[in-house]
Amino acid sequence: MDTGDTAFMLIATAMVMLMTPGLALFYGGMVRSKNVLSTVLQSFVCLGVVSIIWVVYGYSLAFGPDVNGLIGNLDWAGLAGVGLEPGKYSATIPHLLFCAFQLMFAVITPALITGTFAERVKFPAFLLFTVLWSTLVYLPVCHWVWGGGWVSGHGGLDFAGGTVIHINSGAAALVAALMFGKRKGWGKESFHPHNLTMTMLGAGILWFGWFGFNAGSALAANGVAVNAFFTTQVATGAALLSWLIAEWLVQGKPTTLGAASGAIAGLVAITPGAGFVGPTSAILIGLVAGALCYFAVLAKSRLGYDDALDVVGVHGVGGLWGALATGLFATTAVNAAGKDGLFFGNPQLLGIQAMDAFTTIAYSVVVTFIILKFVDLVIGLRVSKEEEEQGLDLTQHSEIGYSL
Amino acid sequence: MKKIEAIIKPFKLDEVKDALNEMGIKGMTISEVKGYGRQKGHKEIYRGAEYIVDFIPKVKIEIIVEAAMVDAVVTKIRETANTGKIGDGKIFVLPVEEVIRVRTGETGKEAI
Repeated sequence: MDTGDTAFMLIATAMVMLMTPGLALFYGGMVRSKNVLSTVLQSFVCLGVVSIIWVVYGYSLAFGPDVNGLIGNLDWAGLAGVGLEPGKYSATIPHLLFCAFQLMFAVITPALITGTFAERVKFPAFLLFTVLWSTLVYLPVCHWVWGGGWVSGHGGLDFAGGTVIHINSGAAALVAALMFGKRKGWGKESFHPHNLTMTMLGAGILWFGWFGFNAGSALAANGVAVNAFFTTQVATGAALLSWLIAEWLVQGKPTTLGAASGAIAGLVAITPGAGFVGPTSAILIGLVAGALCYFAVLAKSRLGYDDALDVVGVHGVGGLWGALATGLFATTAVNAAGKDGLFFGNPQLLGIQAMDAFTTIAYSVVVTFIILKFVDLVIGLRVSKEEEEQGLDLTQHSEIGYSL
Repeated sequence: MKKIEAIIKPFKLDEVKDALNEMGIKGMTISEVKGYGRQKGHKEIYRGAEYIVDFIPKVKIEIIVEAAMVDAVVTKIRETANTGKIGDGKIFVLPVEEVIRVRTGETGKEAI
């Protein structure tokens, strides 16, 4: 046990927790004012729902003793045996602290998906979806990658959760956008964000929290953590600028929303490689991420699906790019426990990264589809047209965000 | 007595108000309105998503004047509110039966 590592990981865990309220603000500012509270609440509620799942059976299914490489067993249900001594995944910090750190990742992942069905989801449908998706999609995929499942066995690199969190939620968001259908007035009414100051504050909190997310994924206060911290900063800065410049060239104006979205795209893209790539590579990863995600968001309108807050374009596409970029730019010069990527003489890694990413996409797409079909059957996914027009704040929660 | 209703571009309001003041017009009522005429609505794009702007913001000025003043006022508004581009607005002239000042009860010309 190392007190320095423990102190660092306590703080990193708290920083990752703060990302979910940060996401709530980021998303909340992007919807119309009549839906601000419902959007904020959907992220916030995940802090409650997933915390309970995690203790009762979630941590055990994700990280408990492996069953055929597919899922953990229930030996650690109720956190049995998960104590204050170092555990299987952490030699220098208490097992319970590792469990808490991982909990914060499990919380934010379903919260990310809420952006796709914002402004039209029934609150009970969102709740049931979150319980089922966390259980049937997040926990298995988390186990595959981090809990000793089949993916971790064949050498793919995912430093802080590009595949488990971003590709996974992005793929689910695409299915959800298609199944929920377009918001009323899509293509005719303006869906301008109602408070971009709030969105910018949310993006700033996410950026700050992401240092806990990426540097903390080293699980120790060491050089790899510092590398992850630094690559996170520069990739994000590069992506912010690249999105802004791309939209300036295409639309003629740089936007606040573009700067915020570009930063998030950079954070997403650097996540899998943060502890495996150097600072210059991180800048390149960020530069590509910003422009690529911007064009992915533009493509949404042409393809005709209404992913309200661009979960697919930013987390799906940014996450996929990050996974592949790790296969290009990873180097053992940064992290001896990592691998070399294509640009450092090892073309195989790129193939493994692609396979892991596409397997996750396929699994997430299929299971998310089944879950949403089920939720539609028992509760119904969408509010009525009239409720949608009035806004979810009033119709789902009897509250309004602003009384001026 | 006549009522002149002028619907103009919002950024022209100050110029029109000043010009009318110089002519001795003593009062006016304005409101922010939305509408369309030949200018029609138009499509806009934000972050790749298209939307239609049907009603464009305008300012409506309402003034009551003696019939003899109508031509001069209308000409002045036309001169100052004109940008030469589509969407400059319209002016309506309507008859007014009576004007009453609330405080004193004066009517007609005196009450304007």
